Amino acid sequence: MKKIEVMQNVLEANEVIARKNCELLERHHILAINIMSAPGAGKTSLILHTLARLEDKLNIAVIEGDVASTLDAQKVKNKAKAVVQINTKNMPESCSLMAGMIAKALEELPLESINLLLIENIGNLVCPAEFMLGEHKRVVISSLPEGDDKPVKYPLIFATADLVLINKMDLLPYVDFDVAAFCRSVTDLNPKAEIISLSCKTGKGLENWCSWILAQTRTVSAKQ
Amino acid sequence: MHELAVTENIVSIAIAKATEVQAQRIIQINIVIGELSGFVPDCIQFYFDSLSRETIAQEATLHFQTLPAQLRCRDCATVFSPHNGAWLCPQCQRHRVEVVQGREFYVESIEVE
Repeated sequence: MKKIEVMQNVLEANEVIARKNCELLERHHILAINIMSAPGAGKTSLILHTLARLEDKLNIAVIEGDVASTLDAQKVKNKAKAVVQINTKNMPESCSLMAGMIAKALEELPLESINLLLIENIGNLVCPAEFMLGEHKRVVISSLPEGDDKPVKYPLIFATADLVLINKMDLLPYVDFDVAAFCRSVTDLNPKAEIISLSCKTGKGLENWCSWILAQTRTVSAKQ
Repeated sequence: MHELAVTENIVSIAIAKATEVQAQRIIQINIVIGELSGFVPDCIQFYFDSLSRETIAQEATLHFQTLPAQLRCRDCATVFSPHNGAWLCPQCQRHRVEVVQGREFYVESIEVE
């Protein structure tokens, strides 16, 4: 019997596909944003409001990840330039999107006519932290009813985010959510992360989110 | 829940290497897994048993070496292992920390004959 050194990253297969996705997107000057959160934090609402506010400025495609149903895809269909629904129900790895699923979805999208891709990941604060999809920016949404301790409980996803959104700010008078403590926890873990608070219900703060997206699209097209 | 995909990777990495050195059989696969990676060895073992069937990796032992999480405080540079999962510097009592070790996940070596 002999021992042979291997030293090979198990996640490399996913990362290789993610890099290819990213190259394909950059060839087409498309900014890709991976939107992650717990179920019910407002990923779909955020995407719907983003489409409504930016449809005149950007050509937006959406990839919807869900364990089952096409409910979200139907909701965004009329506003988006194109939408692909990925259901992970029949895939054993149903807890997160993975780079291979995005590669397939990209084949169905009219890449030449879009410049922003919003990817709605599976509602989960654990697994999506492990899998790069080929995105340029990683956005995590936390909403007030979830409590202000989520960065402390799920540090990895917050530590790898470029932007953290605090959603459902309209509920502030009704819930015990310490916004300052939440922001401090995020910044402690990840000093580079930006934080924007907003409410998809009232629309307050959405203009900051949209400005952030527009600023990012400029940095991606500046690279070309 | 996402262990099937990574177990497929483990099997193909091990078989590719074993084939490269013209081994007849894989006896053991040594895997290094960081405490902060979200993968469960028992789940990997479960999928491995069926994925390796009728390959040269069949009945190979999976050996997991777990690397404990190590964090470094951004303020006082203390390196520590999180206590009860809390990313809290024992000196400063703050969460201003970065990951030094614990996200690793790789096939370290295989033992073949």
